[in-house]
Amino acid sequence: MPEESQVSLVVNGRTRRIAVDTRTSVLDLLRERLGVTGPKKGCDQGQCGACTVLLDGRRVNACLVLAVAADGSRVTTVEGLADEDGPSALQTAFVEADALQCGYCTPGQLCSAAGMLDEAKDGWPSAVTGDLAEPPELTDEEIRERMSGNLCRCGAYVNIVEAIRRAAE
Amino acid sequence: MRPFAYERAATPDEAVAQHTEGAAYLGGGTNLVDLMRLGVAVPSRIVDVTHLPHAQIETDGDGLLIGATVRNSDLAAHAVVRERFPMLARAVLSGASGQIRNMATVGGNLLQRTRCPYFQDVTRPCNRREPGTGCPAREGEHENLAVLGHTQDCVATHPSDMAVALAALDARVRIHGRGETDLDGLYGDDPARDSTLRPGDLITHVHVPPLAMPGTYRKVRERASFAFALVSIAAALDVTDGVVRDCRIALGGVAAKPWRARRAEAALRGGPATEDAFTRAAEAELAAAEPLRDNGYKIPLARNLIVRTLGELA
Repeated sequence: MPEESQVSLVVNGRTRRIAVDTRTSVLDLLRERLGVTGPKKGCDQGQCGACTVLLDGRRVNACLVLAVAADGSRVTTVEGLADEDGPSALQTAFVEADALQCGYCTPGQLCSAAGMLDEAKDGWPSAVTGDLAEPPELTDEEIRERMSGNLCRCGAYVNIVEAIRRAAE
Repeated sequence: MRPFAYERAATPDEAVAQHTEGAAYLGGGTNLVDLMRLGVAVPSRIVDVTHLPHAQIETDGDGLLIGATVRNSDLAAHAVVRERFPMLARAVLSGASGQIRNMATVGGNLLQRTRCPYFQDVTRPCNRREPGTGCPAREGEHENLAVLGHTQDCVATHPSDMAVALAALDARVRIHGRGETDLDGLYGDDPARDSTLRPGDLITHVHVPPLAMPGTYRKVRERASFAFALVSIAAALDVTDGVVRDCRIALGGVAAKPWRARRAEAALRGGPATEDAFTRAAEAELAAAEPLRDNGYKIPLARNLIVRTLGELA
């Protein structure tokens, strides 16, 4: 028998309370129950990054988080990146650098990049950081490594790196 | 996915009590949720342990006490880990993606399941998933599987990078109410078993003693990022006046557990820190390797990785 559980999440600033089957992922909850369709389902196994959202400010694969385990959390999707004044600097940079073709991976790329820029600002190292004791500089190599959890089947990578570098400046 | 009940534990005792027959502990879910979707893991109950009070890293003397629910990204970003245990920070950073490291816990990383394609496919036999059904990998697709310590029953590899560094660091894993074990004790010698833990055993901490020699982690994989190791190495070396005083070597991607290269270490201690000596030590370790039809490449790869990494540390 399916098991149900009541969850409460703050999605893009709005509190949502809903009963879910315990098997529901955050991705399916957002898309199928709450009508928040920015996060995309690509692989549904954490490989492609199209479902990336910020969970309590950190980027995660929404397909691998059970909604019941996220009860009480704050979720930010691509819909929540802009403010009243319009698109964020990162979103504007994606448009200006032509960092997409079909656009399917873009909501995940944007949320991942937003989380990644915060991680870099906090001084987190990556696998390509030379000196782990020094605050890392966001070179193109660093951006590529840090964004390796987001695939783009159109191959817009060169411009995605360019957009993220511009947004970081 | 089979329906399951969900519980959120607040204390280790509560977690153990909630872990009834058929239950599974949930950490970051990066491996378990995927395996549940594939039908490989079919828990009747999920006990979420991410709210246990084990999310801290304490600097314990010159060592570390790492809580089991510390996220991989927090471990790698921790100032003391970066400064004193770069081998561990680099191992964690070389694993998975930024998103997955934000989710994955230390305890879950240690207990992640093999990525052997037969284990992950419920339509195929697998002694690990269903004991006694056989191992098609031995004659089938095994390019990425084990060359050391495997048996007729199982040729799986352990996928963790972090565990390789912890093996080299002589880390000890704390199990609630049952004391501590080193990584060899955690994983045991039977490749067909994921670990020696009993159902309901709960990892609470990992204790890492101090290491007073330079160390690093190096990983060879099929692409530059977000891929499991073909072969990896965690190594540390103390050389004084051209003589190896002490060393640590552990290999990843070659066996069902992080492979502590004790024969190579014994061959190196007290001897010269030269490329010849490093090569002889690597060959002493790899003499026990038994490659399968399509994974013999791992032996020269492991040898060269040992020689090159020790050369850089010398």
